[in-house]
Amino acid sequence: MSTQVPETETDAETETESKPHQERRLAEKEARREAADRERAAREELAAAESTVHLKVFRYDPEVEGKQEPRFDDFHVPFEKGMTVLDALMFARDHYDSSLTFRHSCRQAICGSDAMFVNGSQRLCCKTQLGELQEPVRVEPLPHQDVVKDLVVDMQHFYDQMESVEPYFQSEDLPEGELEEQRQSRENREKIKMSTRCIWCGACMSSCNIAAGDNEYLGPAAINKAYRFYMDEREEEDLEEHRMRILEQEHGVWRCQTQFSCTEVCPKDIPLTEHIQELKREAVKSNLKFW
Amino acid sequence: MHEHDVIVVGGGGAGLRAAIAASEEGADTAIVSKLHPVRSHTGAAEGGINAALREGDSWEMHAYDTMKGSDYLGDAPAIETLAKDAPEEVINLEHWGMPFSREDDGRVSQRPFGGLSFPRTTYAGAETGHHLLHTMYQQAVKHGIQVYDEWFVSELAVTDHEDPSDRQCHGVVAYDVKTGEVEGFKANRGVILATGGPGQVFEHTTNAVANTGDGYAMAYRAGVPLEDMEFVQFHPTTLPSTGVLISEGVRGEGGILYNAEGERFMFEHGYANNEGELASRDVVSRAELTEVNEGRGIDDEYVHLDMRHLGEERILDRLENILHLAEDFEGVDGLVEPMPVKPGQHYEMGGIETDENGETCIEGLYAAGECACVSVHGSNRLGGNALPELIVFGKRAGHHAAGKDMKEAEITTGYSEDAEPGEVDTPVEPGAVPTTSDDVAADGSGGALADPTAVVEEAVETEQERVERLLEKDEGLQHAAIREDLQDSMTQNVNVFRNEDGLKQALRDIREARERYQDVYVDDPSRTFNTDLIHTIETRNLIDLAEAITLGALARDEFRGAHWRQEYQERRDDEWLKHTLLRWNDGDPELFYKPVILEGENKTYEPKVRSY
Repeated sequence: MSTQVPETETDAETETESKPHQERRLAEKEARREAADRERAAREELAAAESTVHLKVFRYDPEVEGKQEPRFDDFHVPFEKGMTVLDALMFARDHYDSSLTFRHSCRQAICGSDAMFVNGSQRLCCKTQLGELQEPVRVEPLPHQDVVKDLVVDMQHFYDQMESVEPYFQSEDLPEGELEEQRQSRENREKIKMSTRCIWCGACMSSCNIAAGDNEYLGPAAINKAYRFYMDEREEEDLEEHRMRILEQEHGVWRCQTQFSCTEVCPKDIPLTEHIQELKREAVKSNLKFW
Repeated sequence: MHEHDVIVVGGGGAGLRAAIAASEEGADTAIVSKLHPVRSHTGAAEGGINAALREGDSWEMHAYDTMKGSDYLGDAPAIETLAKDAPEEVINLEHWGMPFSREDDGRVSQRPFGGLSFPRTTYAGAETGHHLLHTMYQQAVKHGIQVYDEWFVSELAVTDHEDPSDRQCHGVVAYDVKTGEVEGFKANRGVILATGGPGQVFEHTTNAVANTGDGYAMAYRAGVPLEDMEFVQFHPTTLPSTGVLISEGVRGEGGILYNAEGERFMFEHGYANNEGELASRDVVSRAELTEVNEGRGIDDEYVHLDMRHLGEERILDRLENILHLAEDFEGVDGLVEPMPVKPGQHYEMGGIETDENGETCIEGLYAAGECACVSVHGSNRLGGNALPELIVFGKRAGHHAAGKDMKEAEITTGYSEDAEPGEVDTPVEPGAVPTTSDDVAADGSGGALADPTAVVEEAVETEQERVERLLEKDEGLQHAAIREDLQDSMTQNVNVFRNEDGLKQALRDIREARERYQDVYVDDPSRTFNTDLIHTIETRNLIDLAEAITLGALARDEFRGAHWRQEYQERRDDEWLKHTLLRWNDGDPELFYKPVILEGENKTYEPKVRSY
């Protein structure tokens, strides 16, 4: 092994200084070898795999020369039954290109951070089985949102819309007595149950034509959030009116054209369009009451 | 430089509760989180929150169960605080609108959970954590708490007095993931670490990919001891392919575990003749692995969890989320087939040493939630006790940091009078490696300066240099390879079953990871959303944590709670009713012990043989 060590300075005067350099160079050499080994191992894994999946992944980086022009990169990853789109992206990132960028965290469909546009539809990558998709699998960032880099979009507008509906419980009418909860009927909890499942992934907003054309439209997620509070029997009636005013504004519920695209893509199966229609009916009823 | 009274690092359950509490005390409060708060891992908690709410139950019973569950390694002042404060906190969540499951009379539902003498686990379907997280985030929005989302806190700004107990924390350094800027956050009153668990130390875990133990590692390097890190909880029911958690609620509702021969092994093989499937998590995890190791596993890997007999209506009412998880991640319909399950890393009982007020030995530095060790869970956490911990101790830390007058803590912190030095025989030198770039492994504490702003500025400069170096280096090793090897070794050697040879092997592998890390570099040169850089910084934290877990496990030559040692099959109360602590001594971990506090408010907890 020692014969592989490259010649280095032997000058005694510089020895103390050169030693770290020498170590560093050796380490770098070792590192290069390790990187090559790793890539070879990945290729072997690929070759040994019974089948592989072909991904076409959207790439863009505003900052790095050569990546500023949006493009698609091809990745071939070994496939095993049960593998998800997220698994494939992670494999590609960890073995082929560490700059491949996407959000993900819980990989169990609850953090909502890995919603992307997969084969032309908004989906959570972690719960989308690769085996059910046609190849090549196209992975793109969510449409109608600014792309920050690769598959990462700017979520700020989505968050702003969510927060514009005052998404917090506001009941002041708390029960008296220590440790007394507000009673809620099972029926009422059942009524709001689906609406409380939203994980803020943004798939619905991205799929909505109206939201794409009208930046001020509250959008399905925010309206669903408002529904969750409007329908909760624990909030008082005057709050209901206050919430209805937010929902009824020019860019509120009436913009929805019942295209159902939000409902179709929702990874938590929330009947978004239905909730919006229900609120429209409530709006009509409450207007009648005002007269 | 940003400036606030209280800076909370992490936007999950503990972080949000701390921020709300600090804000209610009038402190200008900010949350700095590497994710958006609603993406936090608290959202993945399923089962529920323990709190003695009903007649027939009492905080004393909750405290007793917790002490017993902890295998007598929890501190009584912490456990009693948890049990006493939990009911008010759970009702408080209800008042904030949390959609708990309901009884016919409209009150919140409770259900049985492992190790509990009363069905005191309050829940919202099998998605309790999701609702808790969102309910608290809603309140944070209502309070107007400033959130810096997608800012990765990578170092603390702490003075560098020689004795950690003299040090003071003045803020944090964070990296703006979106733009690549490194900036200082000055905290005028306190910094609260609420960064969650370190599950990514292991390969098969229920934890999110973001759970890399950043808070533990930062506090450790700043001089705060890590306590009882060897106690890693393995959850008995995770899906084999991904580690996705199948809630204990399934067994709470009556789910049954079967081996390949169709035997209800918890009873038939005598693992827990009284409690069966509802024995403590460590007991069930070992039982499952024993079944697999003795050839009665399915596909030599897992066992079956069956809930079909509960009936569709009950499953849909209380466990609907479990059906979706089994379907999406394992392709199994829980209504018609049993679900495959095996143990997976789930929770770190140990953590940053704090007292009941969340304070560490460094003034102005607090920790709460999973990253903290108060300690309430001792050597084994009961299901349903993580969520009350978040809210109870998150709130206390928030109040204390904001300057509220709190009762003085009974638990001591740091290397105090009751500490006893320890030693452990290791096969390699753990800890620091000789390096030319000292910032990679060295102590992260700030300068010797007294001026808080200067301390933060100096810490920012150090971090900027570190980031520059990682980005500018053109070749070397990538973090992914180091991380993968580290996770493999931990999973092989420091898992449910442990022995001396394995633990020593793990220490050798960790040492190798540490040395390889000297040559790590970031291939992606971009300043925009550079996840390669983030993961590289996280990997360093994982190495420190893996070492703390393994050293603790090697030192503790007994069998207690989740810590099983092949050579030592008994709990040794004569020697081991004490906490393991590790502190950073210029990078070399220094081991010491502190006695467990078994003296409660009105009673002293007597260690008893644990039987289920």
